[in-house]
Amino acid sequence: MRVRFVLSQIGNGLRRNLAMAVSVVLVTFISLAFVGAAILLQTQISNMKDDWYDKVEVSIFLCPASSSVPNCAGGEATEEQVEDLQAVLTSDALSDYVDEVYVESKEQAYEAYLEQFGDQDWAQSITAEQMQMSLRVSLVDPEMYQVVADEVTGRPGVEYVVDQRSILEPLFLILNRATLLAAGLAALMTVTAIMLITTTIRLSAMSRRRETSIMRLVGASNLFIQLPFMLEGALAALLGALLAAGGLWLGVRYIIEDWLASSVRWVNFVSTSDVLLIAPILIGIGIVLAAISSLVSLSRYTKV
Amino acid sequence: MIRFKKVSKVYARGARPALDQVSLEVERGEFVFLVGASGSGKSTFLRLVLREERPTSGSVFVAGRDLAQVSTWKVPHLRRQIGCVFQDFRLLPTKTVFENVAIAMQVIGKPRHQVMTTVPETLEMVGLAGKEKRLPHELSGGEQQRVAIARAFVNRPAIVLADEPTGNLDPTTSVGIMRLLDRINRTGTTIVMATHDDEIVDQMRKRVVELVDGQMVRDQDRGVYGAAR
Ligand SMILES: Nc1ncnc2c1ncn2[C@@H]1O[C@H](COP(=O)(O)OP(=O)(O)O)[C@@H](O)[C@H]1O
Ligand SMILES: [Mg+2]
Repeated sequence: MRVRFVLSQIGNGLRRNLAMAVSVVLVTFISLAFVGAAILLQTQISNMKDDWYDKVEVSIFLCPASSSVPNCAGGEATEEQVEDLQAVLTSDALSDYVDEVYVESKEQAYEAYLEQFGDQDWAQSITAEQMQMSLRVSLVDPEMYQVVADEVTGRPGVEYVVDQRSILEPLFLILNRATLLAAGLAALMTVTAIMLITTTIRLSAMSRRRETSIMRLVGASNLFIQLPFMLEGALAALLGALLAAGGLWLGVRYIIEDWLASSVRWVNFVSTSDVLLIAPILIGIGIVLAAISSLVSLSRYTKV
Repeated sequence: MIRFKKVSKVYARGARPALDQVSLEVERGEFVFLVGASGSGKSTFLRLVLREERPTSGSVFVAGRDLAQVSTWKVPHLRRQIGCVFQDFRLLPTKTVFENVAIAMQVIGKPRHQVMTTVPETLEMVGLAGKEKRLPHELSGGEQQRVAIARAFVNRPAIVLADEPTGNLDPTTSVGIMRLLDRINRTGTTIVMATHDDEIVDQMRKRVVELVDGQMVRDQDRGVYGAAR
């Protein structure tokens, strides 16, 4: 009897305030979609870091025969200089940072070059002799690049040091900015959602003031009186969360999986399974939103 | 059943008290008229029994319990022992007669089969058999008040409080309502009724408690409305 009664109360409440209920659903939908987008962007970033940071190396390019860099005024790097550099990199001082060091000779560089561009006409004019010798250093922690760079920059025979990671940084910067934007919008929309749900519950409670005062009179408990309002809010928020998860799923499915992933193959994109993973989070946030709003708006109805 | 011990109620700081040092005891099964002009504190008295208001000083006991000791979340339990009837009926306009009475059982979680049997019984007792499906606006004032009484009585409370239940009714209809309350009283239910309807009070010859400006000026067994002070 009680459950049926509460359910019928909820039904009445939603029907009476249909427009409000719909707007609550939509606002929750939008705010949670932004929350989800922010999470997906961060997932994307960490996917790419995982994939790429293992592979990136610090390249120490050694002085070629002719170079405009002052450090290379002495001409091409000598074997002795190369050995010195290797000794520095494998020394105890750097052992915490450096994982592996190997020399890429001109020939190896040429091979790698041919492999990458060998089928292009313009590439045929380059010879192995024109390639540059380098030391390739893989790091224990790619973030600690600067320590290694500082140590070798300016040593005899070093032309310049390149952190491959720095090639990726602009991309991560863009993605992080996008995350911030999404998170900012998410925060804004969440506040809007809380205010709207609060107002809706309050209006709903006001429109049923007569009913609730009568229920209180016949001895209904506070929880019993408030439950329909809370559940109304929770139901609307839940619907919003489901819509958000569904929207993100469609977006990822058609924009990323069908289109981006097939045209840009070198990136491991987020997938619909990631969306399924964050769906419970979105639903959880939606319910918390509704709970906070209920507490705020019903606190003044708790007096008996 | 109800005991007031030097109860005062001041609503606003500095205002004259709505109730002033009222001490009173109502026994189980009694019928008490609370009489007095408008603003004399009758409704305040009833609201204190319901714990809708708390006394500024003094103590109120209901069914042996000091209401000051009853925690807020226990108040609904207190109210389940008390039925209420008002001048303006306080029915839900969109619910049928049956639903209006059933709500009192539903909110306290009575099982469905019990609601299905008890509500028609009670409606028959108040003389509304066959009108279960009507909406309040399809009933006369007297009939609406009977619905309200059915709702107040459906859980067989120990106490029924009535705040000017005949205030909106014509004299003939009022007599019917009073007969009904009298019948309920004879089931052993304690009734406290606030009124300023002198004819009714004079007819019933019950205990009369008179308030003037919040002070109790008379407590008379088998009294009349306007006895000499
Ligand atoms: N909620 C309230 N706030 C402030 N004053 C009130 C309130 N309720 C009643 N009063 C005052 O208390 C006095 C008694 O009112 P009430 O108990 O309603 O009398 P009665 O029911 O006999 O007409 C009146 O002066 C009234 O203005
Ligand atoms: Mg009054």
